[in-house]
Amino acid sequence: MNLLTLSWKYLSFRPLSTGLNAILLAFGLAIITVLLLVQHQFEQKMTRDAAGIDLVVGAKGSPLQLILASVYHIDFPTGNIKMEEAQRISRNRLVKQVIPLAMGDNMQGFRIVGTNHDYLSLYEVSFATGKAWEFPFEVILGSSAAQALGLKLGDTFTGSHGISVGSHDHDQQQFKVTGILAPTGKVVDRLVLTSIESVWYTHDEQGEESIATEEVALPLEEGATHEEEAHDAHSEAMDPLKVPVATQGFPASNQEREVTSLLVRYRNPMAAIQLPRMINSATSMQAASPAFEMSRLFELLGVGISLLQGLAIALVIIAGLSIFIALYNSLKERKYDLAILRALGASRAQLVTLVFLEGISLTTLGALLGIAFGHGFLAIIVELTSQEVVSLVDPWVFLPEEGFIFGYALAVGMLASLIPAWSAYQTSIAKQLTKT
Amino acid sequence: MLLQTTSLRFAYPGQAPISFPDISLAGGEALLLLGQSGSGKTTLLNLLAGLLTPSQGTVMLDGVNLSALKGHRLDLFRGQHIGIVFQKPHLIAALSVKQNLELAQFFGKKKGLSPADLLQDLGLAAKATAAIGTLSEGEAQRVSIARALVNSPKLILADEPTSSLDDLHAQRVIQLLKAQAAKIGAALIIVTHDQRVKSEVSQVLEVKSV
Repeated sequence: MNLLTLSWKYLSFRPLSTGLNAILLAFGLAIITVLLLVQHQFEQKMTRDAAGIDLVVGAKGSPLQLILASVYHIDFPTGNIKMEEAQRISRNRLVKQVIPLAMGDNMQGFRIVGTNHDYLSLYEVSFATGKAWEFPFEVILGSSAAQALGLKLGDTFTGSHGISVGSHDHDQQQFKVTGILAPTGKVVDRLVLTSIESVWYTHDEQGEESIATEEVALPLEEGATHEEEAHDAHSEAMDPLKVPVATQGFPASNQEREVTSLLVRYRNPMAAIQLPRMINSATSMQAASPAFEMSRLFELLGVGISLLQGLAIALVIIAGLSIFIALYNSLKERKYDLAILRALGASRAQLVTLVFLEGISLTTLGALLGIAFGHGFLAIIVELTSQEVVSLVDPWVFLPEEGFIFGYALAVGMLASLIPAWSAYQTSIAKQLTKT
Repeated sequence: MLLQTTSLRFAYPGQAPISFPDISLAGGEALLLLGQSGSGKTTLLNLLAGLLTPSQGTVMLDGVNLSALKGHRLDLFRGQHIGIVFQKPHLIAALSVKQNLELAQFFGKKKGLSPADLLQDLGLAAKATAAIGTLSEGEAQRVSIARALVNSPKLILADEPTSSLDDLHAQRVIQLLKAQAAKIGAALIIVTHDQRVKSEVSQVLEVKSV
């Protein structure tokens, strides 16, 4: 028997009041935990995914949308740009490196992104198995994409049009998996990567088929002939599917081609000043800086976050008050108990400690529950919304900042116990015991 | 003498001081304090327990001047050497029977009697893990006696221990107190106006308000 056991006995003697107060506090602290986790992980991931990208160039539209689509692959692209114009940017003396991206398809919600091998080195990927693509329609899968799609090396699949699920399939050409990446914790984990040529050819077929069907409604059995024609249309000398794709820079093409966006790395700091202005004013494209757009986004989200923080603080304060009232009331009922304890040899200091222990045990319980609720709540959200931005968050990461939550809980417990502890200190034994 | 009081006086604020007759009691002896309501019996008991400080006079228990002890040392001395049985059992309801006894040992910082043996002696062995709320009044009073005894104190003070009990239980409680006090060689003082108790104890002291 000691003071801690005694305080626990008193708490568990009133399970409803104790439970209610612990849960009330836990909800407040759970919101704080969720905010902490989400904010920390988002900022960390956002920063890591944008590392090495100084500027994104794409079709005119919302600069934030361009960044979200091209760097984080969560929003729709603003449109396409002419490859000719894009190539002109890459020749600019302020530009060190340009990685072109071509988007437009998905595989069960995982985006198929056409690019070159520079993209792989940008994210410092390593292969769990296989190797990078060399021919059109060869793809590599990010680790989470591979896991979710259940595809293995050598498997084939068809993509669907659009960058989210539910559109028609490109069933003319099968993609073949040539490599699967090791987990990186970055955006590439949930992408399907291929060459720009693959993306082009997928859409060529689509386009020409629709043209063909417009001209002549071909009977079904002649489908094969039509497909050959479609191929012939863009294979001048030889079948383009047998030609190795460009692993760096832009792929060669004798047609007017488009890409979706460019990830640009500056050659020198001067570029940060001149290049965006030049692109925005002198071309039909727009340039957006990931760092700037993301800080703007966090500013916008900041309002919502402050609101939630306010709610959390209000909950914690209410919980503190409720714990205070519970302690105070139970102490009033227990004045006699306290007098008895004194008669049994307890000192005033021990009674004060007992009251504080009770308050602090209660809030510590609240803190433990709060952190558990926070992580659990986040896990449920992540589970329910697979494939969205939210799925970037790992609910089972524990941050050192969560120690602060125990700090808050401790402070709430101390504050709530102050007045009850003082009244326990003041209890006169003789007066209590002679009162009947 | 185990217990010796000399010219004790106590004054409640704004009231005339009460003088108490001297008490001297050896170990194993029992004393009955009688007196009408308001005569100051309970005040005397509180002085003896060190719960009140006399305005004059001394309480010596086993060579220690109780009035000279202050703060935590007084609390600890009380916990170790004085067992108090209150008018009502006033057990800690959040704890089991046995835990109530262990609590007394914790605060008294003393390993006196084994709680299990004591409960056995008092016929409460079967109730050791019972919740306080499930005890009958007689059982609860016996538990509170066990709590007063568990640190094997030198002085046992009982304040109207039989007032809420029927004849049979009242007699048992008094006999229990006498037997246990004699067993551990403690001085026993019972405050009462209960006629049933008078026949049980030979030494009687009448407290009169002066």
